[in-house]
Amino acid sequence: MNESHSEPAYGLMAEFEEPEDLLSAARRTFSEGYRKIDAFSPLPIHGLAAAIGFPQTNIGVLTFIYGVIGGLTGYFLQYWVHVIDYPINIGGRPHHTGPMFIPVTFEMTILFAAVGTVISLLALNRLPQPYHPVFNAPGFERASQDRFFLCIEADDPQYDASGTRSFLQSLDPVNVAEVEP
Amino acid sequence: MSEANKRRPYTPPTPELGPGQTSYTTITEKISSVVLTPHTPWQWFLVVLIGLTGVGILQVSIAWLVYEGVGVWGLNVPVGWGFAIINFVWWIGIGHAGTLISAILLLFRQKWRTSINRSAEAMTIFAVLCAGMFPMLHTGRPWLAIYWLFPYPNSMDIWPQFRSPLIWDVFAVGTYLTVSLVFWGLGLIPDFATFRDRAKHRATKVIFAMLSMGWRGSAIHWERYEMTSLMLAGLSTPLVLSVHSVVSFDFAISIIPGWHTTIFPPYFVAGAIYAGFAMVLTLMIPLRRLYGLQDFITTRHLDNMGKVMLTAGLIVAYGYFMEQFMAWYSASQYESFMMQNRMFGPYGNYYWALIICNIIVPQLLWSRRVRHSTGWLFFVSMFINVGMWLERFIIVVVSLTRDYMPSSWDMYSPTIWDWGLYIGTIGFFLFAFFLFVRGWPLIAIHEIRSVLPRGGKH
Repeated sequence: MNESHSEPAYGLMAEFEEPEDLLSAARRTFSEGYRKIDAFSPLPIHGLAAAIGFPQTNIGVLTFIYGVIGGLTGYFLQYWVHVIDYPINIGGRPHHTGPMFIPVTFEMTILFAAVGTVISLLALNRLPQPYHPVFNAPGFERASQDRFFLCIEADDPQYDASGTRSFLQSLDPVNVAEVEP
Repeated sequence: MSEANKRRPYTPPTPELGPGQTSYTTITEKISSVVLTPHTPWQWFLVVLIGLTGVGILQVSIAWLVYEGVGVWGLNVPVGWGFAIINFVWWIGIGHAGTLISAILLLFRQKWRTSINRSAEAMTIFAVLCAGMFPMLHTGRPWLAIYWLFPYPNSMDIWPQFRSPLIWDVFAVGTYLTVSLVFWGLGLIPDFATFRDRAKHRATKVIFAMLSMGWRGSAIHWERYEMTSLMLAGLSTPLVLSVHSVVSFDFAISIIPGWHTTIFPPYFVAGAIYAGFAMVLTLMIPLRRLYGLQDFITTRHLDNMGKVMLTAGLIVAYGYFMEQFMAWYSASQYESFMMQNRMFGPYGNYYWALIICNIIVPQLLWSRRVRHSTGWLFFVSMFINVGMWLERFIIVVVSLTRDYMPSSWDMYSPTIWDWGLYIGTIGFFLFAFFLFVRGWPLIAIHEIRSVLPRGGKH
């Protein structure tokens, strides 16, 4: 506890029992003008990211781009092998056999799109991340089990240790606690 | 709208979970109690012991094969494809149910899939691993086989033949295994976080902390996570249909009677789903009982799986019928001889066994009582497991033993090493699957939380 006086806190964490409570609390917090906030839950809650001001994710666009790259890679790999690098004349058949190149092109499209999307997901979410201050919040181990948390970070311009705490108390949480950095 | 309401009184939809699961807490506790406990049921040890015996047989079979060469198998000149391709197709097919459950049913918003998708995906991965052994091993010198499987700049300056369905197989199965692994691993991350937070021992905590990559359930992370799952489901759906289509091209692109048909891709995909659901039931029915998972895998799940199996089975039956019809309608003497040979030739008994296993016995699934009874479902699914293996045996062996030239006809009989490798992969599959069950979350906990009926509290 003594150490936390020397270093400023990461933020304040409120704990809720039900997903609906967290959702309405998040909406209230956002409309109150707080912007550096995050919510934690053991299951995806529809509309929660929007409630804390996160625009809809555009990871689908990335999937499309990776798919196009994969498809082109697949097709031109085969084109390069069979037309440019090592053309073999088999009974006068054409070197550039488009339809026969489709299965591999298709599989490469899927492979690049799927693997690329997941790597992007991890990169955007900054995972793996072995340490994060929110794990210091008391009772936070239940965020992956059966409790719902809302955090207002200390670097929010509106943050003020006592004012924010009393605001969070007004949201009717189970508990409000300071998060050590 | 009011018309329909008047005739039928409103009945609430059957919940996805049994009555014992009432809160996020009970769900979390029940599923993690399978893993985070020092207690292991003795039946688990029994299955793992059986599995390990199989792994031993597998190792001996591989060692002897590599030492002596593919001559230890029962292959001969007309039958150049024997057990290796039969088992390859059988295992790949079994894997398909996992992807169907995790991807296609997700797109169709079938919430009941959440109880079975994780273990079905695990089944997919282990089945594809078993399948993958056969194409590698059938070369006899697997460490030399890489250059014709994968396009890499090698010292001989040659490339694989991309116009060959066998290379399509490499790409289809390779992509399938990779994407299935990635999809499975993605689903596991939040559940590993649950285990990390529930683990009592320091070492367990550290292991699950590393596996969870520091997942903390942030709303923004969930938002991206949900979109990624949807994207992967959308990608896996055409993928799974393509994989068995490509596998069927191995046959359909050739000119052997009984192989060269256009019905093969859809017929193989239906057969794959059929075999896969049978294997899911074969594994789930004992597991459900062993770990008391009746609240998660309810009668409704069994009933639905029975219905999917029946539907896939009818498509397969249509495939058999079409093969018969085309053998006659094509007016090709080779095709009609092939069909006659299938039914009344030296392997005729296998054909009738196939019809009993895959068409006649599964008709029991029309009965609700059968679909609601674990004993009957297990019985039917065992028949389908055997039937689907027989189907591949018949397609491969009967067509090859007697093709165009009677002078080159010969019978095929597998040796003990063929059987050793096959039984060995079954052992490996059981071993791997039960290790997974003991150590990792066998039901997707975070997805199950989403299907918990919310009692009017808003």
